Amino acid sequence: MSDKQIGNVWVFIEQDDGKIADVSLELVSKARELAAELGVRTEGVFLGSDVAGLVPSLHEYGCDNVFLAQDPGLALFSALPYTKVIVDLVKARRPNIMMFGATPLGRSLAPRIASKLLAGLTADCTDLQIDDFEDRANKRVLKQKLMQIRPAFGGNIIATIVNSWEDPQMVTVREGVMRLDEPTPGRTGEVTEVAVELSDEDTIVSIIERFRAESSVNLKAAQIIVAGGYGVGSKENFDLVLEFAETIGAGVGASRAAVDAGWVDHDHQVGQTGVTVRPRLYIACGISGSVQHRAGMSDSAKIVAINSDANSPIFAIADYGIVGDLHDVIPKFIKAYRARV
Amino acid sequence: MSLKIFVCVKQVPDTKNITGQAMKEDGTVNRAALPAIFNPEDLNALEMALELRDEHGGKVIVCTMGPPAAADVLRHALYMGADETILVSDRAFAGADTLATSYTLACAVQKYGECDIVICGHQAIDGDTAQVGPQLAEKLDVPQITFVEGVLDVSEGRVRAKALIEGGYEVVESPTPVLMTVVGSANVPRPAGARRLMTYKKAVTRSELQAQHGGADYEDANQVAAEEDRLRERGLWIHEWHVEDIGADRERVGMPGSPTKVKKIESVVLSGQEFHDVPATQEGINELVHELISEHILS
Repeated sequence: MSDKQIGNVWVFIEQDDGKIADVSLELVSKARELAAELGVRTEGVFLGSDVAGLVPSLHEYGCDNVFLAQDPGLALFSALPYTKVIVDLVKARRPNIMMFGATPLGRSLAPRIASKLLAGLTADCTDLQIDDFEDRANKRVLKQKLMQIRPAFGGNIIATIVNSWEDPQMVTVREGVMRLDEPTPGRTGEVTEVAVELSDEDTIVSIIERFRAESSVNLKAAQIIVAGGYGVGSKENFDLVLEFAETIGAGVGASRAAVDAGWVDHDHQVGQTGVTVRPRLYIACGISGSVQHRAGMSDSAKIVAINSDANSPIFAIADYGIVGDLHDVIPKFIKAYRARV
Repeated sequence: MSLKIFVCVKQVPDTKNITGQAMKEDGTVNRAALPAIFNPEDLNALEMALELRDEHGGKVIVCTMGPPAAADVLRHALYMGADETILVSDRAFAGADTLATSYTLACAVQKYGECDIVICGHQAIDGDTAQVGPQLAEKLDVPQITFVEGVLDVSEGRVRAKALIEGGYEVVESPTPVLMTVVGSANVPRPAGARRLMTYKKAVTRSELQAQHGGADYEDANQVAAEEDRLRERGLWIHEWHVEDIGADRERVGMPGSPTKVKKIESVVLSGQEFHDVPATQEGINELVHELISEHILS
């Protein structure tokens, strides 16, 4: 392996309707960090139809080169043609690392590609690092491998996984997990046009109908979330939760009980039947912490629970617990935050 | 029309209901104390298969790769209405990652013979990877429809399904054979049928039958063979396939067939009852805000 030229770091750039997915840009930020450590380039793999206009922004976000594959058959995601184009490209260019957003699209595409390439794939990584790996079974040390760190077993263990076979080392990462760096306006890069030839075999699956609702709420991307539950008490009182969130620059979450009571829209619901979030900080206000709610937020890096009932299960997963009336505690929190130096 | 539907299921530790007994003193999970259950979304996959069969006619074959004890989920599949079950089990399969697992399952599907639809649960709760479905589709060289919430139409050689995408859904049409992965919101899996339970609780694998007769060194081989014939006739036979039975390459299954290696495992210590108790006073909250800011959690 050591005499081989090390491949570049690739990011699959997901786009829908001419909009690049946030997670792809977050991955470009991470790819730059890994590529710098390995001394290689960051490259985007961008498929679609009539999407060349978005390429400059990919350069500004940090791609040194963008592989651009355009074809009407690639306008909407479909696993067979996307797999074909990317597998051919990987075989021709031999990347070291390939990253996908762990979106429904990425979770359909990446495994199919990995299977075709006989490559290892690790889902939902929460951290990626470069380190050496001692492959004891084969009595060798693999240099500068990608450490693929992910929770497993229902979040009860954290595993570090390494691909011990040939590159590429493939991973998926959820939105909001990696830090998004600011783009550099005017930064330029290369574009490599990829010739696309799709056969009838590649296009046997057709999309008959498509419905997408643009949600104005993007909780998954929020780094800080303030969430209100049934303990908030009324729609009027929920304004206090909104004010709290606005003050500290947080997204607004809610438990199912608060949504069912009509105090806040379903878009804000966190939990098993809502969205799963993993922000840096989750502040649960008047949320008892049912299993279903915890399923959607227990991976938050830090949890602050405010609840008048000291026996609420939410305290079992909280890092900081404030036992008290939220109508008294929240104004104190706002005051403390405004007074920070 | 008669559909052959092949459903892949998994027996998993119940990671979603971790109770006090399942916690060790150091706060980590005692896996041995977790009950083994039918992976939840695989129940949705099976329910979808049974509904399709009930509507269009045909046969539902349920297959699992796992240790001998995984025959339990196959018996449950029989209680729900499966027609035929297969346990793919061999020590050689141990340590398989998703690539080796999908290869093994593909060998089993191919050994069984041509099917119209292969259905898998979207993901298993022990790994949450959702990778085996698409990888199995690729290994079988058939199209895939993932995140399926419902089958809208099945006609000669085609399937039309509603599949979830980011922020919405798509209606997708594919020729058969096709592989679908099914999400939990697709349906409500039927309970075990009481009469079927009484019948199929006697269903066994060959290993289980041999164990009933005193293990591998049982006395009367002829008697066991006769018993096996009787069970087969009555539909109480769970096929048990080993690595040779499915024609799998030993280099591509289990640990040797798995590119991903686990370098390190750390248990997450649940912070139960160990939270930092912040007094609900202005001073207490000031201190908390100060700490969150100094740790760059708040900005």
